[in-house]
Amino acid sequence: MPKLARDLLFPLIAVVAAFIVGGILILLVGDNPIEAYRLLLGSAVSWPDGIGYTLFHATPLIFTGLAVLVGFRCGLFNIGAEGQLYIAAFATAWVGITFANLSSWLLIPFCFAAAILSGAFWGAIPGVLKARFGSHEVINTIMLNFIAVALVSYFTQYHYKVPGDPILQTAPIGAGAHIARLGKFVPGFPERIPLNVAFLLALLCCLLVYVFLWRTKWGYEIRATGSNPFAAEYGGISIRKQIVLAMAVSGALAGMVGINEVLGYRYRYYDGFSDNYGFTGIAVALLGRNHPVGVILAALLFAALQHGGIYVDGFSEHVTKDIVQVLQGIIILFVAAEAFFKWLVGRRQRVIGTQHVNLENPVIVSKEI
Amino acid sequence: MKDILTFSLIASTIRLATPLVLAALGGLFSERSGVINIALEGKMLAGAFTAAAVTHAVDTRLGMGNASPWIGLLAGMIAGLFIAAIYAVTCIKFKADQVVSGAAINILMLGIPGFLSGAFFLSSGSTPQIPKDHLLPQSPVVIAISIVALVLVIWYVIYKTPFGLRLRSVGENPEAADAAGVSVSKIRYSGVLIAGLLAGMGGAYLSIGQSSLFTRNMTAGRGFIALAALIFGKWRPLQTLLACLLFGFTEAVSIQMQGVYKLPSGDDIPVQFIQMVPYVLTIVVLAGFIGASRPPRALGIPYEKEK
Repeated sequence: MPKLARDLLFPLIAVVAAFIVGGILILLVGDNPIEAYRLLLGSAVSWPDGIGYTLFHATPLIFTGLAVLVGFRCGLFNIGAEGQLYIAAFATAWVGITFANLSSWLLIPFCFAAAILSGAFWGAIPGVLKARFGSHEVINTIMLNFIAVALVSYFTQYHYKVPGDPILQTAPIGAGAHIARLGKFVPGFPERIPLNVAFLLALLCCLLVYVFLWRTKWGYEIRATGSNPFAAEYGGISIRKQIVLAMAVSGALAGMVGINEVLGYRYRYYDGFSDNYGFTGIAVALLGRNHPVGVILAALLFAALQHGGIYVDGFSEHVTKDIVQVLQGIIILFVAAEAFFKWLVGRRQRVIGTQHVNLENPVIVSKEI
Repeated sequence: MKDILTFSLIASTIRLATPLVLAALGGLFSERSGVINIALEGKMLAGAFTAAAVTHAVDTRLGMGNASPWIGLLAGMIAGLFIAAIYAVTCIKFKADQVVSGAAINILMLGIPGFLSGAFFLSSGSTPQIPKDHLLPQSPVVIAISIVALVLVIWYVIYKTPFGLRLRSVGENPEAADAAGVSVSKIRYSGVLIAGLLAGMGGAYLSIGQSSLFTRNMTAGRGFIALAALIFGKWRPLQTLLACLLFGFTEAVSIQMQGVYKLPSGDDIPVQFIQMVPYVLTIVVLAGFIGASRPPRALGIPYEKEK
């Protein structure tokens, strides 16, 4: 099978299989799967709301998907995108609040830098821990997620909240830090839909990640480390440097979720804003087969599901929006267990194979014996 | 500070540590056999939800009364076992990446309880309240004794039985174990399934022991704290128990201090920093600052039997 076909086919099979399993679950709780799926996916293609919100939800998922992808390409599993994006979103808001009086020309680049650098910093920590002490990045990124959440919730609660505000959120950022919503440029697209410039930035990042990984020396060294660390080291690549670099780039990408959230959507840091973006990023990267184009496609799928979840919640009798999470989990399980499909196909071929021999040309069998 | 070190603090430490101990000891079986278990969180959620739902059902529908929490506990363990079986098949038979499938299980189990409770209880993610006298026993003395007994049994199984020896050898050097005639996959299946039973039990204690219903994402990261305790306890039963008690203690302190004690400046003591303690300690210990914590050598590597 050609590589492209396989790259498209396996994710597609995983998605279809997950929808079948999900459909059985919906049947079991006494609802109509076709109706539920119509609500779930159909609502994503309406203009302007469905498409607008799907692209808006896809934005953070493209960032976290790319973050996980860069880690994977270096042989690292960054489960820490969730913590990295929290730290970065808070840092972005902090800059937007502290330097609120600056003009947009300065403030927006500052905020961008805050998101990217703080994300990179938080991502680099498990990188350094692995490079220096050999401790596993999976455990450290999980632990750092919890530390990040506690840390930003502390700063929000005790230092940056508007006194008396019952909601755990910071004061608003300066107006100069707002980035434009796409409604400003696209005729007929209302500005109430929070889809903003960060979406274009996410697409640009896909291109940049592609160029970085496949067209630069640094990217080559990261991929070499990922595919065979021993050979890479023998070839003169410093594995430790690549690990830290990859984790920093990964963290920076996750951090850019802060740009979408703080500068383009809520205009403040809102505690607990992330709808599991970091973890969904794992699903996005895996389903996208760790390629930037795949990441875009997978992010769109999960974003459409996320948007459709609201409609399922509202209009179906038994099915709740939790079905989205369920489908996501099953999709990753199927993608992870790719061998499962190979096993299924292999078994079928074996069965058919023996039938061929037995029924059509029994002579060959006896010859072989 | 003196008056918070009371009996009630010790009691709540034991209560809060119990689900951690159960999940962490479960994780110990799976990790000592060489299978990473970041899915403890998902298995705890499965146990917690099933236990609460079944306890409620047998209590109201069948009028089982005092027996219902025990049936609930059993159901919670079976749910943990079921999730563990899915995890085991993907990781051991289909040699999927253990961390990826663990993450998948966790995401799946964030959704399943809400999905089912939406369908059966028409609520968004929680089960109905269970009456107080139909819950698992909460006397700290009873719990403490059962936990100590359990840890001793597990210690014995891991270090003094042939099964324990095989389990450890499969986790350290599967090739050698295989050559000695041990079935690597059988041992790993048992390790992962025992982990499911114990984590499901831990989850059940959370919903029908500490609390009286299941609420959305009620484990709130306890599966990961259990994993942290396992690492902090260097993958050994007694140390893991102590680590769980330490982490239970930090949680108990952060609950008791809330709103009661003030800093000299008059502000509340930020509980966030106490909540961070287990996670920071785990990173420190994993980096080898306080005595090296070395994972089983074959942890996370699917075993390919030589043909």
